[in-house]
Order: sequence, then C-alpha cells, then structure tokens
Amino acid sequence: MTRKKRWYDYLWIWPILYFALGFFNILFAWLGMIDFLLPLFIAIIGGNKFFCNRLCGRGQLFAVLPRALKCSRQKPAPAWLSSRRFRYAFLLFFLTMFGNIVHQTCLVYGGAKSLSEVVKLFWTFRVPWDWAYTAGATSDWIAEFSFGFYSLMLTSTLIGLIVMALYRPRTWCSFCPMGCMTQLICEIKSRGEQPD
Amino acid sequence: MASKFFAEVNRKRCVSCGACTRECPRGAIRVWKGRYSIVDPLLCIGCGKCKQTCPADCIELKLREGGA
Repeated sequence: MTRKKRWYDYLWIWPILYFALGFFNILFAWLGMIDFLLPLFIAIIGGNKFFCNRLCGRGQLFAVLPRALKCSRQKPAPAWLSSRRFRYAFLLFFLTMFGNIVHQTCLVYGGAKSLSEVVKLFWTFRVPWDWAYTAGATSDWIAEFSFGFYSLMLTSTLIGLIVMALYRPRTWCSFCPMGCMTQLICEIKSRGEQPD
Repeated sequence: MASKFFAEVNRKRCVSCGACTRECPRGAIRVWKGRYSIVDPLLCIGCGKCKQTCPADCIELKLREGGA
C-alpha cells in the first residue's frame, strides 16, 4: 500500500528555492522565518508536530537526496546525538546564535555597527556574499538580519547534509533545534495524558 | 502479509520527527500529540522499514506472542 502523494510531499523543493533566492538576493532570507515560526505556531496552537511530520522541506530534502543520489551510508547515528542532553544543549546553542543575530541587527539599527555583507558558515568562516545585496536597497538592519539568518539556515543545512551522508538520511531531525523545541511544547501541552 | 514480528517504539528516545510514519507501507504508525510515534500492532506487518529509517534508532522489531 503506497500512500497517495499530497502537495506537501513536494516541499523538499522549498529549501532549494530558498537558498537559490538568497544566493541572488539576500533579502529573501527573511522567508526562512516561516520555518522558524510556523512549527512553533502549530505546536502551541495544535499541540502537535505536523510541521516536522509533514511540512518540513529540509527533512524531506534529506530523505529525497539519498534516494536519488545514493549519498547516505544508512548507518545508525551514535545514540548521544539523539539524547535529551545533547538535543537541549544544541537547542540552547542555536538559540544563543539566533540571539546574537538579533543583537547584531540591533547594533546596525542603532548605528553602532556597519552592515557586514558576509555569510558566516559554521559560525566561524566568513564568506563574502556582497553580490546578493545592493547597498541602500533597504535599511541596513534588514539586510544585516538577512545575512545572519541566511548563515544560520545554510550552516544548519550543511550540518544536516553531513550527518545525512554519514548516518541515516534524516539524522538531522534527531537533534534539530526546532524539532526539539516543538516536542518540548507538545510534551508540556499534553502533560499527564496517555495514548488510548 | 503479517510476519511474526512487529515494530515497537522506544518512547523515551523517539524524537517524533515522523520519518517512520512516511515510510510505513501500512500506515500503522502515527505520531501521538507530537511526543512520540506509536505503532498499531494489528496493522504492522513487521517489514522493518520504520526501523531502517528512524534517525534516532529507537524502533525495534519484536517477536509476536506465539510467533516463534
């Protein structure tokens, strides 16, 4: 029995489109906020992980790529990678990095820092990305956030691709900060309940 | 066709990503309230696709009672 394909089964196109758009115009990076806010919204309102389970384009991409390119070793990942301790630590680290992006954006907004037209990979390597933004096209703080957020999205996708290749396709999902955060929300919402 | 095995999820380790639900050919798995996956043993045919795909490696195939 094969499940009938639905529109959301093709959302693996979304991350490809997102990175392609951001490559040419960094302001498209703001669209990534959908991936940040929608899972939280669904978890808080609906009390479920419908986003992770059905709508996450990145998760789908990690599942689709190895099928098409045979680029995953399909080995189980080390258990610590999906342990609660590591997941919460990674979530905390990720939120700190996001907080730093917001902080940098505030500095640019306040005029204390100038716009840096670079994408920072793995929070370390500064890659010039100046072709993707024309100075003065919009407020500098809007562009600053774009560069920061695009860096975060690109870095997390690269980590996901590395663990996809080394272990099972969707290994990223086992420590994804959004998945961890939404699962925590769902646990709080349904505390004390048990399945039928 | 049902085999003598069925899948069981370690709820403490499940990350509720839903990868198993997408792979299951019988639709025997669902994510319960975003917390963990649960398997309907009556629908499960013990094919092991969910076990192979689980990124947290938290699914085991168990022998059904009287299935030895």
